[in-house]
Amino acid sequence: MQLDSKIPSGPIEQKWDRARFEMKLVNPANKRKYSIIMVGSGLAGASGAASLGELGYNVKCFCFQDSPRRAHSIAAQGGINAAKNYQNDGDSIYRLFYDTVKGGDFRAREANVYRLAQISVSIIDQCVAQGVPFAREYGGLLSNRSFGGAQVSRTFYARGQTGQQLLLGAYQALMRQVDTGQVKMYPRTEMLDVIVIDGRARGIVTRNLATGQIEVHMADAVCLATGGYGNVFFLSTNAKGSNATAVWRAYKRGAAFGNPSFTQIHPTCIPVSGDYQSKLTLMSESLRNDGRIWVPKKTGDSRTPDQIPEDERDYYLERKYPSFGNLVPRDVASRNAKQVCDQGRGVGPGGLGVYLDFRDSINRLGEQAISERYGNLFEMYERITDENPYKVPMRIYPAIHYTMGGLWVDYQLQSTIPGLFVLGEANFSDHGANRLGASALMQGLSDGYFVIPYTIGNYLASNKFDKVDESHAEARGAVENVTSITRRLLSIKGKRTVDSFHRELGKMMWDFCGMGRNAKGLEQAIGKIRELREQYWQNVLVPGGADDLNQSLERAGRVADFFELGELMCIDALHRNESCGGHFREEYQTPEGEALRNDNEFAYAAAWEYQGQNQAPKLNKEPLEFEYVHPTQRSYK
Amino acid sequence: MNLTLHIWRQKNASSPGKMVRYEVKDVNPEMSVLEMLDVLNEELTLKGEDPVTFEHDCREGICGCCGFMINGVAHGPQAATTTCQLTMRHFKDGDELFLEPWRAKAFPIVKDLMVDRSALDRIIAAGGYVSAPTGSPQDANAILIAKENADLAMDAAACIGCGACVAACPNAAAALFTGAKISHLGLLPQGQPERVERALNMVAQLTVEGFGSCTNIGECEAVCPKQIHIEVISRMNADFRAASRKSRKEPYQDPSEFRRWSFGLKS
Repeated sequence: MQLDSKIPSGPIEQKWDRARFEMKLVNPANKRKYSIIMVGSGLAGASGAASLGELGYNVKCFCFQDSPRRAHSIAAQGGINAAKNYQNDGDSIYRLFYDTVKGGDFRAREANVYRLAQISVSIIDQCVAQGVPFAREYGGLLSNRSFGGAQVSRTFYARGQTGQQLLLGAYQALMRQVDTGQVKMYPRTEMLDVIVIDGRARGIVTRNLATGQIEVHMADAVCLATGGYGNVFFLSTNAKGSNATAVWRAYKRGAAFGNPSFTQIHPTCIPVSGDYQSKLTLMSESLRNDGRIWVPKKTGDSRTPDQIPEDERDYYLERKYPSFGNLVPRDVASRNAKQVCDQGRGVGPGGLGVYLDFRDSINRLGEQAISERYGNLFEMYERITDENPYKVPMRIYPAIHYTMGGLWVDYQLQSTIPGLFVLGEANFSDHGANRLGASALMQGLSDGYFVIPYTIGNYLASNKFDKVDESHAEARGAVENVTSITRRLLSIKGKRTVDSFHRELGKMMWDFCGMGRNAKGLEQAIGKIRELREQYWQNVLVPGGADDLNQSLERAGRVADFFELGELMCIDALHRNESCGGHFREEYQTPEGEALRNDNEFAYAAAWEYQGQNQAPKLNKEPLEFEYVHPTQRSYK
Repeated sequence: MNLTLHIWRQKNASSPGKMVRYEVKDVNPEMSVLEMLDVLNEELTLKGEDPVTFEHDCREGICGCCGFMINGVAHGPQAATTTCQLTMRHFKDGDELFLEPWRAKAFPIVKDLMVDRSALDRIIAAGGYVSAPTGSPQDANAILIAKENADLAMDAAACIGCGACVAACPNAAAALFTGAKISHLGLLPQGQPERVERALNMVAQLTVEGFGSCTNIGECEAVCPKQIHIEVISRMNADFRAASRKSRKEPYQDPSEFRRWSFGLKS
């Protein structure tokens, strides 16, 4: 496989302009002759489908939920970055670019990140025009706040519901196109395979989740905007339905998978309370602006927090990173929480938690001010834990939150299967080995509103498309593949539920491929995952049938893919003999315990290529060049 | 604690449903109601019975997927809380819980506790947007919005589209849902150009979908997990009256082909 990143030549400031000029255009009158499939209706999918519909393409949009408005982008709390420099505090496109490349620990593609920073400015304009109710100052101007890992206030927000408001903006734009007939919406529909004809993506196979019907949809190009795969870990902040099936089945059809082991652990989540736990709840990291993180200095200190005097508390982030303090990037904050808990200084049941304390901010600003900033988050915390964070410090612990890895794409967002484009969290492109806060929303909307409308036109205008329909041998083959997986899952009739397997897989992934990884553990994990997968295919119990609404069957197919993806994540983590961002290999750390990169050997994106069932995947490397931001040891001290 | 559940079981829209009794043991008070059902479903699966179908996704109270009646109250006894965030500590040992789906003509049952709420999407498609084609806008700070209006718009925009308001309403009206969107956009300068048509079209779609009319009972506000204020309905009514006077157009009557796209009504 030849990886061609298609980065335009010229100075970085001009690359996107140049690319847009060089791209071929589809004549307005010809756009209606093309059909495009968009899988997913989150920020990237809804904004992409709406924008392509506005341009005049025939779009079909798919989501597994009952409505496109439910996509998990809706749960993003904190905000969206943009280099507007409205606060006059020294922000610029270049600074957002610089922060993102550095924050990603020098494992992202510079040209993509620069484009993202450029487009960030237009995103805010677009969203405001749609009526997104961002927070405002009394003079009527937009309000900004600083957010994890940044020293400027560039984050736009709508209370603690920024993702919801941005998604509703995109969803409403999408529904406007649905009403004109330009986009056809298929809710409760899950994509189960990609149809590749003559080397190009030409359609998908779907299952109608309400009726069980398997359907074929053909098109001239296919876009996947299906989100991340954090649910490999079973417990994560992702929605229960979030899954990797679309990207994984595309991988098995020839789309390379980029940096699968790069996962983000979010430092501020509510700790696990019991075995029945079905998901983890994130508390926005904006809380770190006013909350101070600490644990007792003594190990095994069982006193309640109010009984622990000031000089027996260890504000470990402020101590170790005086210039960033509690606002260090997510990977650094998470790792430090793990370290203090591993030392036996964790708090709460099981010792897996640290305090996030608002006492000093409440004393300084008053309860009213804190309530205005974080009221809804405090209520949510109290609802779940029955503790009042105005009185008792919150307990938090890291949890899986985001996956930087995803299908490998070039500068045009095209995967290694021509005609298969990948948007948003589902691709690997912009965040390197660690994503900064308030950047996921930015990337999803950038890809959907402002990148795919150009690049897909270029693809369509550069190729000729024979008419194909569902009778094509490749389409029938894909349908057979899908139905045979379903048949097999239903016929096992074993003794263990899908969830019990998923929990066991998730625990393995968390123990061996989570916050800290080492070669021995990863090797062990690969073997154990294979064994468990074997057992899965012999002993899983999936009740019901295929011709009906069957939530167990839906989960069974997704978990089958998680097994294979989990193994690839471990293989990727094992091969990368360095630490970078969220990928922390215990063998590679500085004397102070920080991530130690190896730029000589690993300054590349790993793009894994499927070689067939039970065959080792092939590693392809896209070298990363840093012309503008020179790799340094990240320091937040 | 140990509880008795009575759950509405119905195979699909066309077959009859009934309440079925289940005993659940050793329920942890920290669990959410949905996690309790997860545990029940694991047991049912191992016993070879059909697990209970219910809609859910984010499990943090924002996606709007979940929700059913718990002892006759939409989303259960705790105010401002979706079913997924309702913990079992609000119940006590020996309690009996009756779980039923949202009941409304416009929300046909799909299976067990799951209903089809695509009518709400079609209400948005009828006009719940600002027409702002990608790439066309001016600088974001060129539009000044008084903080008070921005805050009121945000209060209304917080709606998660769960449908509890419809389920709680004796008329099965979707006035709180529709009023919330009309208020959100109508309170902002960006929403002004389409304000007249929006009110006419969205209200007309309510009738097409078979929702009832609002008679100011207020059950909707009482169960709304996002505490949307009933004043949004007054704003909708004011906009609709003003629009009916101003517009020369006949209010929108028939559902267009395209508004029937959704699940169960595929054109």
